[in-house]
Amino acid sequence: MRGLFLLTAVLFLFTVNSNPVKAFDPDEVLDDPALETRAREISKEVRCLVCQNEPIDSSNADLAKELRIVVRERLVAGDSDEDVKSYLSARYGDFVLFRPPFNTATFLLWFGPLLVLGVGGIGMFFFYRGNKKLKVANPLSPEEEARLNLLLDKDNKTKGSDSGEAS
Amino acid sequence: MNKKILFTLPLLITLVLFGYFFWALTKPGRDPKILPSVLIDKPAPEFNLVALENLGVPGFSRTDLTSNGKVSVVNIFASWCVPCLAEHPDMVKLGKRDDINLYGINYRDKPEDALKWLNRNGNPYHRVGRDPKSRTGIEWGVYGVPETFIVDASGTIRYKHVGPLNPGDLEDKILPIISSLQAQN
Repeated sequence: MRGLFLLTAVLFLFTVNSNPVKAFDPDEVLDDPALETRAREISKEVRCLVCQNEPIDSSNADLAKELRIVVRERLVAGDSDEDVKSYLSARYGDFVLFRPPFNTATFLLWFGPLLVLGVGGIGMFFFYRGNKKLKVANPLSPEEEARLNLLLDKDNKTKGSDSGEAS
Repeated sequence: MNKKILFTLPLLITLVLFGYFFWALTKPGRDPKILPSVLIDKPAPEFNLVALENLGVPGFSRTDLTSNGKVSVVNIFASWCVPCLAEHPDMVKLGKRDDINLYGINYRDKPEDALKWLNRNGNPYHRVGRDPKSRTGIEWGVYGVPETFIVDASGTIRYKHVGPLNPGDLEDKILPIISSLQAQN
């Protein structure tokens, strides 16, 4: 009994998950398979403006459906993929495209991380170069060196006698 | 001493960034649903909308935005749109003025529903065009209803308001823009 329940639960999960998201109506599909493939690809890159985090390809919103048809109409009319996208972004702004295009407004978005890395790298370069200079600029005086050697020597001797006792 | 300042720099930059993010996320009036329109200061799109039968006002096309030298308010509405009812009194106020055009685009609606809605609440619009498949809406970059556009006498879109006009919006936003556009003529 419990096994049967589990099986049903598992099967239920599969029916939910294995069902690919298909919001489009069969009557939207174009006869030309090449154009239809392109339409699907574009639809995945276009944001549904009602639901905002869903592409129009998988959205059930009325506006998304209409935009899918518009995409297909533009393709049939001979537009390139880029033409279709710029048609939509001319009306709804770059926000309608999931992949923001490269322009003056999105420059920081694309190159910001690189810029931060560059500034950080330059900062680190100068920081470490400055450190090296510091060492050369203040070398130990002969007295200090002698004292340091003495201390190190002492330390080594103690260690030596320690290990001697142990063996 | 200099180095100590350097060491605190990453922390300072992070704090400044956090501060900016916090401000941007919590500033009053922030609504991620409202998108900036790319159509501001661009010419209104080409369109031609049929009239709503039996309403008694004609439909309209782009030429009606430029034909009489008046500033136009273009309101996108639908009978199924609840917030449209909320801003309806403001539309009535605008519709009483004869120095502006008040045009309504009936968005994704059944004609009989739209007619019933307008008859029940009163038709404030000087012209009403039907946009059953939201094709004209797409040309205008409409993604929600209601939306209100202000178009100057030369047919250039000058302002867009997304969502219903809330109390104060008409007096504080819409009317001053209309006045300033009229002054420019």
